[in-house]
Amino acid sequence: MRSQIEGSQAVARAVALCRPEVVSAYPISPQTHIVEALSDLVRTGELSPCEYLMVESEFAALSAAIGASAAGARTYTATASQGLLYMAEALYNASGLGLPIVMTIANRAIGAPINIWNDHSDVMSQRDCGWIQLFAESNQEAVDLHVQAFALAEELSLPVTVNMDGFVLTHAVEPVDLPSQAQVDAFLPPFEPRQVLDPGEPVTIGAMVGPEAFTEVKVLMHAKQMQALDVVPRIASDFEDAFGRGSGGLLRTYPREGADTVVVALGSVLGTIDEVVDELRAENVDVAALGIRCFRPWPLEEIRQALQGARRVIVLEKAFAVGIGGIVGQNVRLALSGLPVPVFDVVAGLGGRPITKRSLHTLLADVLHERIEPNQLTFLDLDRELVQRELHRVSQSPRSGPHAENILRDVGTVAAGSH
Amino acid sequence: MFQVRIHGRGGQGVVTAAELLSVAAFLEGREAQAFPTFGSERTGAPVVAFCRIDDSVIRVREPITEPDALIVQDPTLLHQVDLFAGLSDDGYLLLNTGRSFDDLGLGAFVERFDVDRCVTVPATEIAREHLGRPLPNAALLGAFAALTGQVSVDSVAAAIRERFSGPTAEGNVTAAEHAHARVLQAGRASHA
Amino acid sequence: MSETIKLYQLGTFAVGNRLLDPDDRSVQADVERSNTLTSGHRACQGCGEALGARYVLDAAMRATAGNLVAANATGCLEVFSTPYPESSWQLPWLHSLFGNAPAVGSGIAAALRAKGRTDVRVVAQGGDGGTLDIGFACLSGMFERNDDVLYVCYDNEAYMNTGVQRSGATPPAARTANTKPVGDEPGNVFGQGKSAPLIAMAHEIPYVATATVADLHDLERKVERAMEFRGARYLHVLVPCPLGWGSAAADTIRIARLARETGLFPVFEAERGEVVNVSKIRGRVPVEEYLRAQRRFAHLFGEQPRTDVIERIQAGADRNIRRFGLLEEM
Repeated sequence: MRSQIEGSQAVARAVALCRPEVVSAYPISPQTHIVEALSDLVRTGELSPCEYLMVESEFAALSAAIGASAAGARTYTATASQGLLYMAEALYNASGLGLPIVMTIANRAIGAPINIWNDHSDVMSQRDCGWIQLFAESNQEAVDLHVQAFALAEELSLPVTVNMDGFVLTHAVEPVDLPSQAQVDAFLPPFEPRQVLDPGEPVTIGAMVGPEAFTEVKVLMHAKQMQALDVVPRIASDFEDAFGRGSGGLLRTYPREGADTVVVALGSVLGTIDEVVDELRAENVDVAALGIRCFRPWPLEEIRQALQGARRVIVLEKAFAVGIGGIVGQNVRLALSGLPVPVFDVVAGLGGRPITKRSLHTLLADVLHERIEPNQLTFLDLDRELVQRELHRVSQSPRSGPHAENILRDVGTVAAGSH
Repeated sequence: MFQVRIHGRGGQGVVTAAELLSVAAFLEGREAQAFPTFGSERTGAPVVAFCRIDDSVIRVREPITEPDALIVQDPTLLHQVDLFAGLSDDGYLLLNTGRSFDDLGLGAFVERFDVDRCVTVPATEIAREHLGRPLPNAALLGAFAALTGQVSVDSVAAAIRERFSGPTAEGNVTAAEHAHARVLQAGRASHA
Repeated sequence: MSETIKLYQLGTFAVGNRLLDPDDRSVQADVERSNTLTSGHRACQGCGEALGARYVLDAAMRATAGNLVAANATGCLEVFSTPYPESSWQLPWLHSLFGNAPAVGSGIAAALRAKGRTDVRVVAQGGDGGTLDIGFACLSGMFERNDDVLYVCYDNEAYMNTGVQRSGATPPAARTANTKPVGDEPGNVFGQGKSAPLIAMAHEIPYVATATVADLHDLERKVERAMEFRGARYLHVLVPCPLGWGSAAADTIRIARLARETGLFPVFEAERGEVVNVSKIRGRVPVEEYLRAQRRFAHLFGEQPRTDVIERIQAGADRNIRRFGLLEEM
């Protein structure tokens, strides 16, 4: 049923439709509305049987989920930013043990400096943890991906994160079509665990593995995740058949493949990029947007295929690897290896800085007029002078103070908020 | 696309206003998107919320820098925040106050806008009357409906009733209808 | 048919005792016991933890008719019991991380409850490091939520698995790898450390108990008692470590008994934050006898004995005796 609803509320309802048996919750902005809504659904009995555990930290949230999933329960949790880092140890544990937990990440920047706004540094910091990582462009897609995520996780016996931009999606009210319980039940059968803690058939889970077998175990993990490259599109296709709309899959190109210039991105910014693409195409600029929907495993062949014939690729990402450069950019280059396509690494939207159509138009013009070099890290809407002033300040005195505070004083800003 | 920016202070229902407006548009079969800016605001700090209304799917997600309509829920923001940034000369301005633009020192400022598109409404007083609380957002939505015609007051009422129930819903609806009638009347009067 | 034979030592520590009423016999005396931690594990000779875990889990299995699931923290017990590809565990067993055993236990209990399997019970267990230090937040959270988990801490008073480093349970003056007897204060300093049982009591959970491997019947009874409750329960078991304590492998049980008889390790039960039962000291012993049996205290007894330190330790024991009422009123 289609309704005008907040993203978090929609996701909570979608998760509830998947009949999780255990939900563990620790609040962190901007995920709070999701776990609050699930609490209500459990309390009213709308979601039942379900145990809702209010835990004492994110580390506990995922740890409880690990226990619950190992005991054969369909399990869900959600987090963001610092919370994701706090459960880092458990992330690797869950994927290593092959537990099909589904977790929403309401993407948010990682401190220091503390920042509650959206970017992708949280999930990117954990990109190697062995979870499957899906990205939603809209709240509709977020809803759809959660349903697909449980199916995916349980088929492969691997945990899955569904990434949705914090605040930008979680707190946006927009139209969402929520499926019915009957539709979801038909699509998602009850959880049949590959391994389970059952007194009737005792097993030992989580033994130490030494040098003689560790490599093989890791290779099996990798092989299993690579299977997702086939399973993700198949589940997306099954979803389309069952629910009548396309979402998910590995990637999508707008409006078509084979354009001269392709902008690659993940998440909600793709909506804004699509608008800019339309405006430029109306001016006869041959540009397209490539949205990556499945970031891990990395759909290398599919991306290479999608970028066939491109004369230049602009990777626009909401995170970067300090000390080296773009993350998605690196991954894209891997997909393009051997092909003489220049790749432009553009970092935008860090810490919630809005990515505007105007800036994107300027960026595209700069690239097309060769005012920006490929293979060079570019920051969209960077205040270069501010950075220079701070660098100068640092060079002048050993006790120059913290960068953030100096810069805030410099711009005369004390309030938070992007406006 | 019609873009609305709403300014107010935390606790005045600014975010709810934007959401209700988007629901009202949705109920009329249109596409709508509402979202707030966020900060570590507590009650009383400046808050901004946005609403886009269109007939086709809204894909863009940036804050509204060039609003077609501005709603100001709290006149004390006037000299604290750059409220009017990006409002074009044929934009709509709706200000919550019992005073006039002249009284607030905005007389000269509003001359560059279309006089029919700039309105003051004592929304807080209207809310106190019908709701018993100084929560001006519903009244302002009713006024907005009259001012811009982007949504009908009936859709605003329906949106309110979807979100709230009982006396809270009815009080808000009455406040919206009261402000709506008032703006319509003032509009007729100014053309008389 | 069993005659009521009057025996003066029904509290005997002997495992067997065929003269006892069947109901009074220990679980360990039963050939049908679960052997939950079966033989073949790689624990040191004389390991108190291996003994304690076997006692606790066999008793828990009997109390739950074998419907038991265990979550285990990283540590000696986990490592020596599951040398891949072998496992000593004869019950469903999950090792996740070092600091999350209580939370994992909470998750398992939630899953069982969601599935309507309230007949299956949960034990979460770990050493003093995993319980008192790194797992402390999770432990407190599990207590605070009153999750239906029995948490068992096997306390050997240091991080033994990683080479005997100091933990929040290491007693004053004890030598560990990072509290060596060099400098002014020999061994671990006074004035640090925490009492997990008292903290558990402060959460007012249904049942808290301490025990040692020296009194099998007492330990088994406490496990059984714990299983009569629903909600969060905590059992703190003192388990000497011959390697880390520098004691003879054959001395493990004797040293555990001395810990009780000196008053250094109070043995008691509490329900909802109030002490309901205390194991009285049968024959009080000065702390020196306990300390001398362990090389981790050897630095107190040299050419120039640290009688000042020993007196402080004795004062600690005296305080426990007074505080818990460990001596019979005369």
